[in-house]
Amino acid sequence: MMQLAPYIVLFPLLGFLVNGLFGWKHRNEKLIGIIGSGAVGIPFLIACTIFFQMLGRDESARKLIINLFTWIATSTGSTSSFSVPIAFQIDQLSILMTLIVTGVGFLIHVYSIGYMHGDEGFWRFFAYLNLFIFAMLNLVLADNFLLMFLGWEGVGLCSYLLIGFWYDRKFDVGGYTPGTTYTGDAAKKAFIVNRIGDFGFILGALLIFKQFGSLNFDTVFSGASLLSSDSSTMIWISLLLFVGATGKSAQIPLFVWLPDAMAGPTPVSALIHAATMVTAGVYMVARCSVLYALAPTTMMVVATIGALTAIVAATIGLVQNDIKKVLAYSTVSQLGYMFLALGVGAFTAGIFHVMTHAFFKALLFLGSGAVIHAMHDEQNIQKMGGLNKYMPITSKTFLIGAVAIAGIPPFAGFFSKDEILFKAFTSEHGSMVFWLVGIFGAAMTAFYMFRLVFLTFFGNERFSTKSGDHHHASPHEAPKTMTVPLMILAGLSVVGGFVGIPHLSAIEHWLDPVFSSATIKLMEAEPDGWMLEAALTIISVAIAGAGIYLAKKIYLDDPRAADANATHFAKMYRLLLNKYFVDEAYDSMVVAPIVKTSELFLWKGFDNGVIDGAVNGLGRVIAFCSQWLRRIQTGVAQSYALVFVGGILFILSFLIFS
Amino acid sequence: MIPLQYYLVLSATMFLIGAAGVVARRNAIIVFLSIELMLNSVNLTLVAFSSFLGDVTGQMLAFFVMTVAAAEAAIGLAIVIALFRRKQTVNLDEINILKW
Repeated sequence: MMQLAPYIVLFPLLGFLVNGLFGWKHRNEKLIGIIGSGAVGIPFLIACTIFFQMLGRDESARKLIINLFTWIATSTGSTSSFSVPIAFQIDQLSILMTLIVTGVGFLIHVYSIGYMHGDEGFWRFFAYLNLFIFAMLNLVLADNFLLMFLGWEGVGLCSYLLIGFWYDRKFDVGGYTPGTTYTGDAAKKAFIVNRIGDFGFILGALLIFKQFGSLNFDTVFSGASLLSSDSSTMIWISLLLFVGATGKSAQIPLFVWLPDAMAGPTPVSALIHAATMVTAGVYMVARCSVLYALAPTTMMVVATIGALTAIVAATIGLVQNDIKKVLAYSTVSQLGYMFLALGVGAFTAGIFHVMTHAFFKALLFLGSGAVIHAMHDEQNIQKMGGLNKYMPITSKTFLIGAVAIAGIPPFAGFFSKDEILFKAFTSEHGSMVFWLVGIFGAAMTAFYMFRLVFLTFFGNERFSTKSGDHHHASPHEAPKTMTVPLMILAGLSVVGGFVGIPHLSAIEHWLDPVFSSATIKLMEAEPDGWMLEAALTIISVAIAGAGIYLAKKIYLDDPRAADANATHFAKMYRLLLNKYFVDEAYDSMVVAPIVKTSELFLWKGFDNGVIDGAVNGLGRVIAFCSQWLRRIQTGVAQSYALVFVGGILFILSFLIFS
Repeated sequence: MIPLQYYLVLSATMFLIGAAGVVARRNAIIVFLSIELMLNSVNLTLVAFSSFLGDVTGQMLAFFVMTVAAAEAAIGLAIVIALFRRKQTVNLDEINILKW
């Protein structure tokens, strides 16, 4: 059964080709939707059967490498040959990621059938979505760094295509962000910032090749287990790979593209910017756990950046008024938690949080999509309120997602977040500072999520039902194709955490063999006793509850308290609303100088001056010479005869005097 | 007998005078005259060598040259007449339609 693994990757590619080549012709939404969803649903079924087959096997026999064909086959001399095959690696980690990608992806595809109904580019949307799934599966199933990089770049490309899907639409940016007024600008920003990270990834991969002579995971990781700790090469490799991860997974300093990526359709935000693409960085670091275990310095960097991002993004999310922006910053913040986990050596916890986050974040985004749909593309939560009455299913599932992300037991987010916080406190690579930052971030997470819930679904209705509009008078619940995925995801958000109950953790046992070489290197002492864990758990739950209570007090009980706070802490409020002016800083420090230099030196200096000058100058020289030479054509036959005479004399003299 | 060199020098001089006339004269008829002068100088050379070498080939060739000269003069003057009917002039300096 595991031999069928290549079909997991093949079906989305087929879906992309069929919908892309024929979709624009027949425009049959049902057919396009079925092909697109089936292209992800069938791989999910295959992945499930492979998963159950793996469960039945012994722990050591769960890995399989399937070699399809050779992609690059060059031999550079007898000692080293650089040969890269298209090969897929099925092991516990990759099958888990595959299940997440195809499972959540399938639900989002079904949701999109309802959400994108009536759109002019319906066929294009599903083609791009399938292409994205294809690239993402390549990324998680890859057996070597180059194939993973193919998927890495592919998801970046699809992110660009899908963010800029409504390419002729203007995009409203919160605060002051120069240059982003069209969705195309947001798409370009995403792709360019991604590329900056990819540069780091490429350098890291090149260093790996230099160090280990191969890009194959097995070769590199088994070679790494033999190396000593903290050599500068390992630090550089892991650091450069992490730069790639910061770009892809929106960490400091390359997180600026994710909020603007909300210009794309909501299913895109759910799939790419919540559940799958942004977790590619986390997956990559987890896959290279051995390399990071060998470089404790980098692990400290990873954990620090993760913790910092978690807190900074949470603070920005506190005051945003666009429903999708809040969720975007929440995503950045939760990704920070995942990297915090990876940085303190809790690789399983990080991947566990990837899984639970995929469930509740996709749920939250899809729910917000239903709200946006019902409010006829209004995204400002200050203009919503009281939607619980009109959209009960959406409201309840959204509430479940909010409770899950806040970390209230027994929902999914509680188990994964708690695991991260516990490991941050107890691990030798962690410290109490990390735990404090994490707790503070958790409090803010609960606060801003419930601010969102209360302002959107409860309280007074602040939206106007404009008369004379052709819209409906009041918001309505979403169609079945949209609410059923919401309910499924809500169910997963409730029970999804149970695979990671502490001390019984099924997911820990499942993923252990993958990270075993790394955990051995880290030489973590297993903390004994349950008192500490219980204490920390109680504190985190209490903090989350306090966040919810505070949000209720401000946004539900007394609506004017929020404005009072805003005016009281005006400077802080302005700073947070404008996202710490990071975009403006980048624009003045990086973008503007590059644009000015390009304009001055590359455009006016080189292109206009040198290249155009050379080409035009050549033309001018030829024209000048020809101005001169054309005077030979006098038109008078006698002058031609004179030339004859001259020629004859020349030849005669040549004959006589030679 | 008159030495050969005298004939050759004379005929060379005639040729050069004819060439100068072709190149430098304005009137088309004078140009034709100069062309005839050149042809005749060649005739003189041919006949001189034929007498000097005792070979009759030179005189034969002189006949050919004379025939060609006559034919060419006829056609050339026909062209001049056609040209005159067009441009009302035989001044070669004014016939410069092919000028740049």
